[in-house]
Amino acid sequence: MSAAKNDMPPAGAGQAMAGWLSVAIAASLFAWFWQALGPVAAGEVIRYSFDWVPSAGIAVSFLIDGLSLTFALLISGIGALVMLYSTKYLAGHEHFARFFLYLTLFMGAMLGLVLADNLLTLFVFWELTSITSYLLIGFTHSSAESRRSALQALLVTGAGGLALLAGMILLGVAAGTYELSEIRAGDVAITEHALYLPILILFLLGAFTKSAQIPFHFWLPNAMAAPTPVSAYLHSATMVKGGVYLLARMHPTLGGTDVWFWTLAIAGAATAVFASLMAVKQTDLKQILAYTTLMALGTLTMFLSSDEGYAITAAMLFLIVHSLYKAALFLVAGIVDHETGTREVDRLGGLRRFMPITAAAAALAALSMAGLPPLLGYIGKEVIYAASIKMDAAWFVTAAAMAANALMIAAAGIVAFRPFWRGEHATPMTPHEGPWRMLAGPVLLAALGLLFGLVPGLIAGPLVDQGVKAISDGAAKPAELKLWAGVNLPLFLSVATIALGVALYAGHERVRSALRSMGEAAPSFDRGWDRVLDGLKGLAAWQTRILQSGVMRVYVYTVFVTLLVAVGGTLIWTGAFSGLPDVPFAELQAKHWGVVFLIVVGTAVTTITNSRVAAITGLGAVGVGVAIIFIVFGAPDVAITQLLVETLVVVLFAVAALRLPHMKREDGFPNRKLDALLATAIGAVVTAIMVTITSGPINRRLTEYFESAAWTEAYGRNIVNVILVDFRALDTFGEIAVVAVAGIAAWSLLKGPKSDETEETR
Amino acid sequence: MEVVLSCLVGVLSAAAIYLMLSRDLLRFLFGLILISNAANLAIFTSGRLITGNPPLILEGQDFPVDEAANALPQALVLTAIVIGFGLFAFALTLTLKAYRRLGTLDTSEMRVAEPREE
Amino acid sequence: MNSVILRAAARLLVGLLLVFSVFMLLRGHNEPGGGFIGGLLGAVGFIVYAIACSTDEAREALRVPPEKIALFGLGVALLSGLASMLFSDDPFTGQWLFLGATEDDKGLPLSTVLVFDIGVYLVVMGAILTLVFALEEEI
Repeated sequence: MSAAKNDMPPAGAGQAMAGWLSVAIAASLFAWFWQALGPVAAGEVIRYSFDWVPSAGIAVSFLIDGLSLTFALLISGIGALVMLYSTKYLAGHEHFARFFLYLTLFMGAMLGLVLADNLLTLFVFWELTSITSYLLIGFTHSSAESRRSALQALLVTGAGGLALLAGMILLGVAAGTYELSEIRAGDVAITEHALYLPILILFLLGAFTKSAQIPFHFWLPNAMAAPTPVSAYLHSATMVKGGVYLLARMHPTLGGTDVWFWTLAIAGAATAVFASLMAVKQTDLKQILAYTTLMALGTLTMFLSSDEGYAITAAMLFLIVHSLYKAALFLVAGIVDHETGTREVDRLGGLRRFMPITAAAAALAALSMAGLPPLLGYIGKEVIYAASIKMDAAWFVTAAAMAANALMIAAAGIVAFRPFWRGEHATPMTPHEGPWRMLAGPVLLAALGLLFGLVPGLIAGPLVDQGVKAISDGAAKPAELKLWAGVNLPLFLSVATIALGVALYAGHERVRSALRSMGEAAPSFDRGWDRVLDGLKGLAAWQTRILQSGVMRVYVYTVFVTLLVAVGGTLIWTGAFSGLPDVPFAELQAKHWGVVFLIVVGTAVTTITNSRVAAITGLGAVGVGVAIIFIVFGAPDVAITQLLVETLVVVLFAVAALRLPHMKREDGFPNRKLDALLATAIGAVVTAIMVTITSGPINRRLTEYFESAAWTEAYGRNIVNVILVDFRALDTFGEIAVVAVAGIAAWSLLKGPKSDETEETR
Repeated sequence: MEVVLSCLVGVLSAAAIYLMLSRDLLRFLFGLILISNAANLAIFTSGRLITGNPPLILEGQDFPVDEAANALPQALVLTAIVIGFGLFAFALTLTLKAYRRLGTLDTSEMRVAEPREE
Repeated sequence: MNSVILRAAARLLVGLLLVFSVFMLLRGHNEPGGGFIGGLLGAVGFIVYAIACSTDEAREALRVPPEKIALFGLGVALLSGLASMLFSDDPFTGQWLFLGATEDDKGLPLSTVLVFDIGVYLVVMGAILTLVFALEEEI
């Protein structure tokens, strides 16, 4: 086919560059992390640190150990393959380059998240992944559904992020440092700390929203509105694993308590079982895969609850297993969609004749997902069972794991067996094999699942063992990875699971309709979400109506009454005001009284007159009076400025204000008496504050510094000017920027669109 | 003298607020000018008053005379005056524009952005 | 305002005010004055001219549009502040050069601080003129 080829825009070269550049970035990052494999496998921990806000003790620091390296390799490796795939999948899309920008940004954010060794660095990258994933989910921004899903994901993960930030600050306070490695090495036992529970709850909120654990799971299936490569990358292999990563990273610090164990075990088990039921219920390939992702996240969370070596190995291994097969299957789903025009499993069948390579990749990945030998998924499942029977609440974890795994087999069949191997169906487009760039990813990832299954030692030593060491802080002993572990309980559980799974697949259409009829009755989280949002919008509208009446007087009143109550109230409350001191009549001369008289008269005229000219004259008198005060009390610079500005004010009034209508008499206005009362009260409060300030001691430390340094260090004799242009030059720069903006804003207001004449006056 | 100026600042603020509460935009502008004068005077006064002796260092000396006026509030007030003028000029322009457009200076009749809820 | 006397006087006055404004600007570091006062004085000069003759003539006399002067001044101030980074000091640290300095005499002091004050002068003058000219033309 290629519908895409037909509408390839002429300006393809630059576009293609963007794609290849992204692939190159991802691939070189992968190569870089690859060379770190050797040292990390040898047990080394690599750390980089830069000061960020040294005064607050905040650093940007990164750490490469088994856990972060595993993540980094998955992120950059799968990233490179997904980007390669997207160069074809999105060829000719009008926002092709934008897509790659977002995807590359996301990859950077995700790498930062898993490599961060500082809580605040981690938080910044955590939020960046939320934002970039918002951009990617809403990539098809013309679709309302897409926008809704993007916003939902952003709000849910963003809210979790805020909780996480609060938790991090509490943890930082409790541990006395924000460096993760120092917290782990430090001697403060966080689990014994008084703040442990709040810290744990806040961290779990962050992790559970990100990794879509029940009851925050609903955003993830909706996020499938993103283009398929994005789903493959973000919502299976990377972003949603951010939460799991956080749990793993915090395991040594926050884990090992009963609260930790039960919260993670129950939330994880519930998510895993619920999600695998939901997966079987769906008919859209991407939706099925989305729910199986949820199941994987639940399983990972469940196993991170324990300190047991087997459980942590299970989590670490299953993380790799899942990333490999899930990315492969999503990419396969994308190929199917791209080549046939539909993702509905009921409308697909017999595709293996048209796309044998895709079918093979799908089959390998699905076998790994179903946990059949000799794939890595089988080892993963064996370790899961071995771990579940060793854990504290063995029956409960084992039951959950079995149920989820059996349903996974059915889901694997629906996704990868049925469309390719069952009877043929007519599809909207005539299917044929996908192009190599799209096949490379799924084939390679599926093949890795097989290779690692046959030779588990390839990942056991460098990644899994070191990862287990990092998660448990060296306390737990990693389990051995073997394809054949002998006849034991896990083997029996596996056989039982496979039998159950095959049975479920055989009857999956009946299971689906049964689930559907049950689902009708169950409450929907998604609709609940809408109701919450509607409620918030209603609340916002209500408080806006109250606070923003649209009448300026009300606003001014609000401001001044608040001022009166807050400042006046504080003054009375603290008893700082000790009464008006005596006026020292002796030191006051006639000129002082003259100036005061001038200002008071000017103020009075301005306040009572109904004539504009009189008011302006009054203002002029006030201005000149104030300038005289500046001169008398040793401030020539200020006085000159004041006089010049006063001149300009008069000029402006002469130019503009006299074009405005005459002032109306205010006798008839209601409430002016109340206004006068409020004004007088505030005037009294202001006087009280001024008296309190001036009768107290003054700290002249800064002034003394300026006085002593003005000439000796800054070579200026006018201290005021030296302060303005040298000591506080940055402030002055901000101030002249304000002046420039005010001038230009007024200018553009006047010179702007000439709508005066055209618009009807109201 | 600080006490007298404190009272003066109070008088200026009261008059300014009374004017700003008016429905007439022109009166509001007068209030704006008065309140910035009040604020400048308040900052200046709280740095304490010293007659004469501006904060200048005389030729041949390294430091100002002992009883020199406080330079810090002066620097603050100087920029505040200029910025206050910028604010006033912008407000005046806005008033002029609003009058041209709406034909009134009565703020209770200016309801374009936030119309009355029916 | 159409007054021959005012118009004739205005030409003289503008020149005087401008020279005075530059004088105030340059002496500002040691005596009362500086960029703010100089800029205000310069603006007053051109405003007198605009009132006496016309805004168009004042604009012509100014040659450069005032809004450009303001923005240029802002740029000058910013660059003078960043210049210190070339000498690996923090931004907005004053840099001094004393031309012809001897043992007793510091010579002619040149500094980024002076350049900064010139920026202030240009911003204040430019911004006020932008506003006043626009207002006058609008009426």
